[in-house]
Amino acid sequence: MSPFLQGLITICLGVGGCVAYFWVSNLVLDRVIFPARGRDPGRNIARANMVRPWLFLFPALFSVTLYLVYPVVGSFIRSLYNRDGDVFLGFGNYRALWGDDGFRTALLNNFLWVLVVPAGATFFGLIVAQLTDRLKWGAIAKSIIFMPMAISFVGASLIWKFVYANNAQIGLLNAIRAFFGATSPIDPLQIPFWNNFFLMVILIWIQTGFAMVILSAALRGIPEETVEAAVLDGANPFQIFFRIMVPQIWPTIMVVWTTITILTLKIFDIVYASTGGNFGTQILPSYMMQYMFRDDGRATAIAIVIMIVVLPVMIYNIRQARKELD
Amino acid sequence: MEGIAGRRSALTWAVNITVVALVVIWLVPTLGLLVSSFRTPDQIARSGWWDAAFPVAQSYRGQAPLDGMKEEGGKYVLTGNLLKNGGGAISAFGVIGMKPAQFKAGTTGQMRGDQGTMKVMPNGDYTVTFNEKPDYAPRIYYQAKTPPKMTLQNYREVLFADGMQQAFFNTLTVTIPATVIPILVAAFAAYALAWMQFPGRGLLIAGIVGLLVVPLQLALVPLLRLHQDVGIGQSFLGIWLAHTAFGLPLAIYLLRNYMAGLPRDIIESCKVDGATDFQVFTKIVLPLSFPALASFAIFQFLWTWNDLLVAKVFLPANTGTKVMTVKIADDLLGSRGGDWGVLAAAAFVSIAVPLLVFFSAQRYLVRGLLAGSVK
Repeated sequence: MSPFLQGLITICLGVGGCVAYFWVSNLVLDRVIFPARGRDPGRNIARANMVRPWLFLFPALFSVTLYLVYPVVGSFIRSLYNRDGDVFLGFGNYRALWGDDGFRTALLNNFLWVLVVPAGATFFGLIVAQLTDRLKWGAIAKSIIFMPMAISFVGASLIWKFVYANNAQIGLLNAIRAFFGATSPIDPLQIPFWNNFFLMVILIWIQTGFAMVILSAALRGIPEETVEAAVLDGANPFQIFFRIMVPQIWPTIMVVWTTITILTLKIFDIVYASTGGNFGTQILPSYMMQYMFRDDGRATAIAIVIMIVVLPVMIYNIRQARKELD
Repeated sequence: MEGIAGRRSALTWAVNITVVALVVIWLVPTLGLLVSSFRTPDQIARSGWWDAAFPVAQSYRGQAPLDGMKEEGGKYVLTGNLLKNGGGAISAFGVIGMKPAQFKAGTTGQMRGDQGTMKVMPNGDYTVTFNEKPDYAPRIYYQAKTPPKMTLQNYREVLFADGMQQAFFNTLTVTIPATVIPILVAAFAAYALAWMQFPGRGLLIAGIVGLLVVPLQLALVPLLRLHQDVGIGQSFLGIWLAHTAFGLPLAIYLLRNYMAGLPRDIIESCKVDGATDFQVFTKIVLPLSFPALASFAIFQFLWTWNDLLVAKVFLPANTGTKVMTVKIADDLLGSRGGDWGVLAAAAFVSIAVPLLVFFSAQRYLVRGLLAGSVK
């Protein structure tokens, strides 16, 4: 059977199955288990209403638990065993990682990524959001800067390969250097240390659109009076922007910042497709892929390290969400 | 305000120029890919894509056939045209292969060893004059500008020779079920979290927010193991399940935020009229939530289409099941590393559909982003 046909059948089964599940389980709940008749119909309705949320939630909670909660525990346990999973090592995998130069490079690079990418994307996003706000052709400009969001990380890496290529006839960067008189082309992705930043540029290029969209909406939400009052007081455009507008949208800036931070910690595609982790550009997610399928113990240990790095942001997010709910 | 009118217009100019610069920086890399994907390998090797609209200088080797040789005053003269089959103007020519551009077109050059002279005009007309009767047809090296040429050759090669066509359909096969199935599951859960009262609701919402950021890397090893134990293994079914579950936290979060913002009156008046939660959900909330459903669908579509990690782990690594991202990252970048035209065409095939979706549904995407992160 062709996979495509299989896909269509899966859609029908999946959607049909879901509809059937929700419909039948509701019917069973209302008609069979707690029917709204008999001696005490009111109590039965109340009981049915206590159960119903869980009926609605069950499929989602089940799959999320199985696919996202269980793996946290499963990965941790697996990380305590050796390559084949039959010898208990305790924290041996973690110790081995710490002793590995590759791991330390990856960890260090990851911190660089987390420092630079969210800051860069948020900064450019904020600038673009503010500058395009009053322009007649602002909507088109925004569309273009937003566009890389739709492009895969692999596609983006390829696009930037045409900028970084080690050849003045192909790589735009080298062509510009040649225009200013450089005689031999360089490979930006092989310059130690700085190559990391050339890779970060790709992610900033992708994420700026995201920051821009959200910050632009936040800027529009600023009450006009505050800006007008500042204008009357003689503030110049820069003062208005940095002293009046930015402080008012600070919470949104934080949301954008954390969202991009989390994304940055998880992306392995750019490094994988651009340098394959060579020339000292390894980051944790791409480092993990080196061990995937070869040494599951080591791979899961790296995954747990990534989780630990993400954890502070995760806790911050949950706190913010709870604040909103109250 | 009158006094600073001049400064204001200067500021407007500065803003316009800055935005133009930013837009150019953001657009140029993609433009380069698009242009390169239509150029022949020769052209890519000889000039940058930014020169694609201009002729390319290229070296050729021609030969002046001996038939038609004329004797004029003790010298032997060959005439003819190098560009019989068309082509652009000749800029320079040479008598040895090492120096194909030794002499400017229109001038007369000396041949080696005092054999005679050679003259080539820009339109291709040549005159070779030998001092003694030649016993071989002389070669003429020349440099001509070939006019810019756009070709679909790269696309043909990528789609039919490199198996990108198969990868395209595989991506489609992965993406569509993985986009459709989570929507319904998430919608029910989101309704429960938005409009039903039950103990532990706040905790569950916080849990969903937490799960939004769990790194997928954690899920790979244990779930692959699980899939193998229950007999799914690496297969399309496995990747559908994985994508569905990985998309759920965002779906629930987006939809819950949207549903919680629906007007309370409508929902409560329905309940007063005797509608059950199931009816309220299917008849009122689901249709009203269409914008949020659309935003999530677009997100999930882009995410699964562009995904590399999940596809690498949950699909078997053979040609029959490779999706486009894996195909490009693992096959083409390795084997076709220097074949820029083919790489560009492959990349463009893979980003064309998301770009199409993006530009036709940008409104929903923006709305979804806003619902997802700004409150």
